[in-house]
This record gives sequence, structure tokens and C-alpha cells, in this order.
Amino acid sequence: MKLILTAAALAVAATGAWADAHGKTIRMGTEGAYPPYNFLNDAGEVDGFEREVGDELCARAELTCEWVTNEWDSIIPNLTSGNYDTIIAGMSITDEREEVIDFTQNYFPPAASAYAAMSGDADLTGGVVAAQTSTIQAGYVAESGATLLEFATYDETVAAVRNGEADAVFADKDALVPTVEESGGEMVFVGDDVPLGGGIGLGLRESDDELREKFDVAIQSMKDDGSLNELIVKWFGDDAKVFE
Amino acid sequence: MRRGHLTIFACTDPETLSGLNWLICYLTTGKHLLFYAAFGTVLLLLAITAPAAMAFGFGGAMAARSRIAPLRWFGKGYIAVVRGVPDIAFFLFFVIALDQGIEYVRHKIKCPDWDQPVRQGSDFLVCQAAKMPLGNSPQWVHESYGFALAVLTFAIVFGAFAANVLFGAMAAVPRGQVETAEAYGMTSRQTFWRITVPQMWIYALPGLGNLWMVLIKATPLLFLLGVEDIVYWARELGAAKTPRFTDYPHPDWRMWYFLALLVFYLAFTRVSEIVLARLTRRLSYGQATAGGEAMRRAQA
Repeated sequence: MKLILTAAALAVAATGAWADAHGKTIRMGTEGAYPPYNFLNDAGEVDGFEREVGDELCARAELTCEWVTNEWDSIIPNLTSGNYDTIIAGMSITDEREEVIDFTQNYFPPAASAYAAMSGDADLTGGVVAAQTSTIQAGYVAESGATLLEFATYDETVAAVRNGEADAVFADKDALVPTVEESGGEMVFVGDDVPLGGGIGLGLRESDDELREKFDVAIQSMKDDGSLNELIVKWFGDDAKVFE
Repeated sequence: MRRGHLTIFACTDPETLSGLNWLICYLTTGKHLLFYAAFGTVLLLLAITAPAAMAFGFGGAMAARSRIAPLRWFGKGYIAVVRGVPDIAFFLFFVIALDQGIEYVRHKIKCPDWDQPVRQGSDFLVCQAAKMPLGNSPQWVHESYGFALAVLTFAIVFGAFAANVLFGAMAAVPRGQVETAEAYGMTSRQTFWRITVPQMWIYALPGLGNLWMVLIKATPLLFLLGVEDIVYWARELGAAKTPRFTDYPHPDWRMWYFLALLVFYLAFTRVSEIVLARLTRRLSYGQATAGGEAMRRAQA
């Protein structure tokens, strides 16, 4: 019995030492419900623009990475409590979020948000507008005078417009473009585009400076050799905003 | 060479498929297989949680009946506190607290010379070796760990209710039965195990049956704990899909997926009801209850 316990203790100690000596797997936390940024493909794997960028960043920074999904609503608390090491989920860099977590430099330039509705005359400032909870878009709608209707996922915000629960949906234009284009003319963009946020960056714990620097360097190298712009065009089309 | 009538179609090019073939391919995508596997997760959760909750409940009821005051306070306290807190609040609090508690203890043991504070602002930081599971563990270990935390939380919550039910059932065993046992010279321990426990089940069954039904219906709470259960997949699969990101585009089908869940839960609870009804019959046999008396008369 004692021998077994000793062996078990040794095994535990050994795994511990191994973990600290050989670095660790970086767990990439994403939502998996925000195409084209990130979504689950038919095989149930994380796919999309951020999957490709993330894999390339990990390769350049020589990190072993693994993808995990988490609800958007609890994506920041679960980062700070250590369930995963980065947030790579179309998260705009904002001052509010900077107070809780750190961001790398942006890997997606500041982009426009837009309204989409079932008709061109939707009331954007006095009607009901759907947005995803805890997004900059939700914050913007709340201050626009419209009644904000919040949903846990992007899909639900679009569904709310389609079934008439909301007059319009307000989201990243790049997410809305495929939805509007594939709706067969049912949905249209309404009003002007609204520039929001400082671009999209990887979210990291404030104490993880070393990891942030590694990703910053990798992002810079992807910006410098143009591979980041290539991926942006691949996933968001020729009209997408790229880095200069 | 001509192919036979039984054409084997491939799912590699779904756009060319239609009708049943399309549906068969659609329902067997990797994502759907994960959905089906999630049903297994729910059943596994129930299979482990139900006996675990019974164990917690039995322990809690015994503690609440104890003649040793601190043990009795503990038992009563457990029942009162857990029964009095909303399930969701308990789930959210307890899982985080338990997870961080485990990591904190491991941190203290494995990294005694760590000089940084564990709490830095909103970050909870322990050394790599104290991580639970370890940062380099494969994803399935992380998932199993999350599942185990969920089982434990479910067991504690439902254990408190079960404890209350069993406590009441133990008190409901006719005093005459216990008195007779005492008259035969049984010790209080013998009386408990030989008279009270075998006879209490019929009194406990309605309460325990209710708990089982509530437990079945509470399994979607798994979703709240980050376990990707059937509700998560139903929502994910049902959401409208544009052709750009899937080979199987479809409009908003959440209603159909949730309808399937509804049917699943309804079928499951119906089967449970039938089993519980049989169990009630079986346990009533020969008991000094109205139900047992009715069976005796019917046979006589």
C-alpha cells in the first residue's frame, strides 16, 4: 500500500515538474458562434478567420495551442479565473474591458457596426433594436434612445429581427454582411455605418505580460509580411478594411 | 460496371443531394454526432448523480437524527442552507468556489516558495503545477473535470432535498414497529438498520420520486456549468446557417431541435413514472400502510 502511495506521489510530483519545465499548452478561448470571425463547422470544430489567425500566431510564437469554446457572456470571467489563456472571439478593444483584462495590438482594424432590418424604414432611434449582451454594440444601442433587446448569441439577435420581436439588429458589419447577403433580399442594411471600438485584439489576463508580448510580436510579423491582410480578405471579402 | 439499385451516396457533395439523402447526411455531420453524444452525457450524469445524491441524502438524514449535537447541527445546517439557496445561485457560486479552492490548496502544497499573491486584481493565479487540470492536459481531461464538478454539485444540491425526505420517512415509520424492536432487546443501531431503514422506503418514495423527476429536468443546468449538453447543441445546430459557413444551410430550426428535446424529456419522465409506480407497489407489499392493507385485502 505504502509503495503504491509513494509511486502515486512521485507521479504527481513528476507531472508537476514537467508542466513547469516544458511550458504549457495555450488554451485559446472563443465563442464559436460569430461567423466569419469564429464558428463551429459541420464537423463541430472551431473554424473561421480567428481560427486561421490564431493557429498562425501560435506557429509563429512557437506555442502549442488548443481551442476551447465558452459562452460569450462569461468569456471574460472564465479567462481571469484561468479556464483558458486567451480570448480570441471578435472582441473589440475598449477602455471598459482594458480595466479587467489586457489586449494585444489589434489583429483586425477598427471596423464599422451596422443596423440590419426587414425593411428600409425601421425606426433605429425610437424602436426596438437587438444586440448581443455585453458587446460594444449593446452599449451603443442603450445610449441611442432605442429600446435595447439583448440576447446571449448573435444568432438570436438576427432571429429576433426575423420573427418581428425587434425592429432591427445592431452588430459588427462584417458579421452582418453574410447574413444580409444570404437572406435573399429579406434583410437590408438600414441607416449609416457606425465606427466603434479600437479594432479586435486577443484578450489576456493582466498578469500574463510575457504571453502578450509573444502574441504582439507574432501579430506584428503577420502585419509586416501581409499574411494578416490576406486572411482578412479571404474571410471578409475584397471590400474589407485591411491594415495599411 | 453498373452499380446496383442500392446506390451508395456520399456526403461529400451535399449540394447535389435532396430529400431523404440530404437529411441523412445532415443528421450525421460531426456536429450532430456531438449532439447525440451529449444525450449520453446527460444519461451518464443522471446515472452517477442519483446514487451520489442518495448517499449524501442518507448521510445528511442520519446526521440530522444523530444524538451527537455537533453532528446533528451539521446535518440540519446542510439541509437548511442548501434547500434555502436558489439552485442556480448555488451552482454558479459553488463550482467557482470549489474549483478555486482545490487549486488554492494544491498551490500551497506544490509551490511553497511562490512569492506572488494568488489574487491580482480580478485574476486568480496559481502556479502551473497547481492548475486543475494541468494546463497541458488534453481537452477531454478538462471536460471530465468540469463534468465531475457538475456531478458533485448536483449531488450536494439534490442530496439536501433527499436528506429532508429520508429524515421525514425515518420519522414516519410507525412507532409500534420501533417499540416492538426495543421490546425484543435490539440496540438502537439494530433497530435503525433492521426496522427503520427497511420500512422507511415506502414513506420516502413519493418524495424521492419527485426529486428524480426534478433532477431529470434540471440536467440542462449543465449548460450553465460550461458542459456542452443537449441544450447547447440544440441551440447551436438550430440557429440559422448561411451557405458560406456550412454545407447544409438552413433557416432558423431551433423550434424543431427544442421540440426533439421536449419529446426526449417527456419520454424519459414517462418511463420514470412507470418504474416508480411499480416500485411503489412492490414496496407497499406487507407494509402497515393503507396501500399495504389494500393489497392484503385484495389477495385475501
